[in-house]
Amino acid sequence: MIALTVAGLTLREAFRRRVVWALLVLTVVLLALSGWGFSKLIGLDTDLGTMTSGEARLIASVLLNLIMFGFSLIAAIGTAFLAGPTLSGEVESGQALAILARPVRRSSVLLGKWLGLLTFGCGYVVVAGLAQLLVVRWAVGYWPPDPVAGLLLLAAETVVLLTLALLLSSVVSPLASGIISVGLFGATWVAGVVGGIGAALGNEGVERVGSVSRVVLPTDGLWRGAMNAFQDPFALAQMGQGEAGFPFLSDAPLTAAYLVWAAVWIAVVWGLTALSFQRRDV
Amino acid sequence: MGSADAATVRGVTSDPLAGIPPSPAVWCSGLRKRYGRRTAVDDVSFTVGRGEVVGLLGPNGAGKTSVIKMLLGLVRPDAGEVLLLGRPSTDPRSRSAVGYLPELFRYQPWLTAAEVLDLHVKLAGADVDASERRECLALVGLAERAGDRVGGFSKGMQQRLGLAVALVARPELVVLDEPTSALDPLGRVDVRDIVLSLKSRGVAVLLNSHLIGEVERVCDRVVILDRGRVAASGTLAELLGQREVRLRLAGADGPAEERMRAAGALTRSGDWFTVQLTSDDDGVTVPDLVRDLVGLGVRVHAVEPVRISLEERLLAVLRHEEVAP
Repeated sequence: MIALTVAGLTLREAFRRRVVWALLVLTVVLLALSGWGFSKLIGLDTDLGTMTSGEARLIASVLLNLIMFGFSLIAAIGTAFLAGPTLSGEVESGQALAILARPVRRSSVLLGKWLGLLTFGCGYVVVAGLAQLLVVRWAVGYWPPDPVAGLLLLAAETVVLLTLALLLSSVVSPLASGIISVGLFGATWVAGVVGGIGAALGNEGVERVGSVSRVVLPTDGLWRGAMNAFQDPFALAQMGQGEAGFPFLSDAPLTAAYLVWAAVWIAVVWGLTALSFQRRDV
Repeated sequence: MGSADAATVRGVTSDPLAGIPPSPAVWCSGLRKRYGRRTAVDDVSFTVGRGEVVGLLGPNGAGKTSVIKMLLGLVRPDAGEVLLLGRPSTDPRSRSAVGYLPELFRYQPWLTAAEVLDLHVKLAGADVDASERRECLALVGLAERAGDRVGGFSKGMQQRLGLAVALVARPELVVLDEPTSALDPLGRVDVRDIVLSLKSRGVAVLLNSHLIGEVERVCDRVVILDRGRVAASGTLAELLGQREVRLRLAGADGPAEERMRAAGALTRSGDWFTVQLTSDDDGVTVPDLVRDLVGLGVRVHAVEPVRISLEERLLAVLRHEEVAP
């Protein structure tokens, strides 16, 4: 009950602070631009002649993943900067005093914040992502093989990042927690690209950089799973072995074990946050 | 009729807890808190009885706010125990009937004043209807601003809102940490009236304030903290000790002085006589003394009660000029 009240409060904050409206405007602009770009793709004349439908589908896959990455980045930054001020910011400003002096468990307050942010972040990713898929379908007639899994994995990626931002928010200042979580998100993505290049070159050491980073912070792993669900299955084969390691195509779907690990990671980080918040003097 | 009353009527004590007085609103023992190498609170113990108004006094950095935060479970004590309304403070339910106005009062700026109260009623799990919430806002002078966003409120208005938040969920204990720090003189009078109204309704109040005059007016007891320790505590009568009466007399001879000594220790300076009254004086000593002096033929020009103020007492305790009771 307390958790639902706090979740509602968190969502109301996102609306009242105009975060939602700012994201909405940004998303509509991005959707319109991508619709215009995709519509130009058909019948595009290149130096090698008019693009075949297979090539158009390949490029649509790549572009779709690129735009989806843009959405996941917006959701990541949005939730990280919303999650950042949520614990440490409220403690610093004094807002937490009146709330935590009520007959509430701190874990319930934390759960409420987490649920509110989760609803916000996942809601955004799913709605914006679905809108993008519809725009691509309208423009080039491409529909991804597994859109539901793709959107859910994008949402899961957002959950991982907001859980991390909440943990950081319970121990460092509001701004620092936002910057660190977005920085780690970017670093993991870069590590994933480096690992992909390592795999393409057959260098196990470099490849391991990507594998380790995907275990430490599952955002990049989940993102790769989402890409795999969005892209044309023939696109990768068409690109050929020489293009392996390309950052906007994924060569394999996620394993069940990795999904379990991502769930365990979220649970462990959430537990650490609850412990840290429980012990914190406000 | 309550169960205890019903048992009395039947002449059978069915409830073993019947007749036991309710636990104090606040009971704390041996509270200790260190921040790094600095000891902020050291072995602090006191109680606030049901319906009692207790003032927490002390200089800046004495540990008053830290003590309050430990009572409310906001700060973890390094040692010591706290019971709020009979429950250990580690149990969130101990705060079910507690209202709190923090020293650092800040409420969600994107909510309206009425929404802030709604939120706190929900968090407290209280059943308070909309009209009672409106009355609560009206009590602190915010009835006209109920629908306005808190972000546009002045500091004084935010503190008034904080007071409404502390009062809205029908508390049995109200903790006010510097409740008048941002208020104008009228607001201070309002707070004094609110505290007196709470007292008349049997609500316990723990009041931390620098305004010693206010504390002296409304508090039953006072706890003085200094450098994290309880420097003195007791009722105002106990803390302020003996009262005195100064008399300007003409024609006071031996029998008159004897009569005055019978009332209390006597000192003389010219025409002025000072008689120290005992703390258990029942209020008739001075009128009786004046009547007897007149009867002895002494001309009474002036009778002035002299009372040590709480401020003087506080300063004496903090400057270690006397032994604390």
